[in-house]
Amino acid sequence: MIWINAIVQGLMLGGLFALFACGLSLLFGVIGVINLAHGDFAILGAYVAVALLPSIHTNALWALLFVPPIFALFGYGAQRTVLQRSLDTGPLTTLLVTFGLSVVIQNALLEGFSADSHSLSIGALTTNAFHPANGVVVPYLRLGILLAAVAVLGSVQLLLRRTSVGRQIRAVADDAEAASIAGVSTRHITGIAAGIAFATVALAGLAFGMYAQFAPTTGSTWLLYAFEAVIVGGLGSLWGTLAGGCVLGLAQTIGEQIAPTAGALAVQLVFLAMLAVRPNGLLPARAAV
Amino acid sequence: MTASDPILVADNLTIRHGQLTAVHDVSLSIAGGELLAVVGANGAGKSTLLRTLAGLHKPAAGTITLAGEDITHLSTDRRVRRGLSLVPEGRRLFLSMTVEENLKVGSANGRPGNWTPDRVFELFPWMRARYTEQTAHLSGGEQQVVAIGRALVANPRVLLLDEISLGLAPVVVKRIYETLPALLGTDMAVLVVEQDVAQALRVAGRFQCLLEGRTTLEGKPSDYTANQVEAAYFGFGSAVAT
Repeated sequence: MIWINAIVQGLMLGGLFALFACGLSLLFGVIGVINLAHGDFAILGAYVAVALLPSIHTNALWALLFVPPIFALFGYGAQRTVLQRSLDTGPLTTLLVTFGLSVVIQNALLEGFSADSHSLSIGALTTNAFHPANGVVVPYLRLGILLAAVAVLGSVQLLLRRTSVGRQIRAVADDAEAASIAGVSTRHITGIAAGIAFATVALAGLAFGMYAQFAPTTGSTWLLYAFEAVIVGGLGSLWGTLAGGCVLGLAQTIGEQIAPTAGALAVQLVFLAMLAVRPNGLLPARAAV
Repeated sequence: MTASDPILVADNLTIRHGQLTAVHDVSLSIAGGELLAVVGANGAGKSTLLRTLAGLHKPAAGTITLAGEDITHLSTDRRVRRGLSLVPEGRRLFLSMTVEENLKVGSANGRPGNWTPDRVFELFPWMRARYTEQTAHLSGGEQQVVAIGRALVANPRVLLLDEISLGLAPVVVKRIYETLPALLGTDMAVLVVEQDVAQALRVAGRFQCLLEGRTTLEGKPSDYTANQVEAAYFGFGSAVAT
């Protein structure tokens, strides 16, 4: 039973990884930005909730209503200004710019909120759980995060596949100049893609803030997991990112079951093994973004 | 010259690539229902001229007017919205997407009008059966046709075709060229840039020959002998006006 429980926990943790990696996957797969500030943006989202929640509601679930839209607008603006400009100068510039943004965000958060840890309280949901079988614990929050990850990745995928904006986003990802020749306003469209990516980043940050304590530097430590989920899943494939997140989550919890301190090590070993066995990822669908 | 007013006018365009001046002081105009062929050897500046008309290059001097409006400084996508569509050299389809999706991207930002996918199928009937296929799986000729379709569904007033014969079998090229008169019948203006002079002059109402970025000859194909065109094309003999 403990192994079944480890698998259940692993899948739910994988949901958090996948939700966290979604924005990274989108920004890289569609716009070509490797966002080294990804984790810091997520934590920034949690801090936006910390700053604004007291005047709105005590339950952090309310932050889901206003932080993602704020981030969507912010993402659009960031793409139209800083990110697009750095993209125009070359891929190395975007690495430097997003790395710089990471340092800026961390230090601004330290300045504004100190190095103390915060968490987002969602009342009784933080700790409540149900037991589908003896020895298997399913906390509502973790299950909710997994379902949210599936819903977010699924709806982004649907948006890319079925809507006019989604088709234009994919057109720009395929060939930006050809897209402009076909009448697509490439800067506006990449701005929308970045807005969607940033909204998912905010969701991930809020989910993380409800799940665990966070401090200004937490984001950068989680960045590695996001990259690994994207790579294990296959670059440019959102369903792959979900699968990749679940593989890493399972590695973490099964590793912990083997030895309590082996979780993180197991994740890295599984990641390296996946790189050796399937270097293109589980669902390598560059074309299917 | 045709009786109707020109829809697209380029006045004294000079276009540079860094230090190199690719096009010197070239003017052209084209009216609805007219097919103008711009011919010239490799490096004559034809494609550069066409890309500048489409907004992919900024001219160093000169103006471009579409239906009386100065569009010299408009972006490429805004020009599409005003009715100026380019079929780029090398086709440049969205290869990860289906034929249907390519056409839908093309129509998403175009002008309203009666060029629908169904109308494109009338012109190219094979496309209907392969509508949901990935464009990466199509042959070069089929991709070229989809690229033309993608431009048509934006309902352009002026269609710019850049080297559509490049890399295609002569029989395929011939079939594509045979559809052009059907476009002219809808009062669309078609500007063709082509290395294959014979092919282009067979369908063109007027032509303009470029040599090293300058116009060396222009007029109706019937006004000149093949030798005169050849001289203008390669730059020998008396036809060269430098």
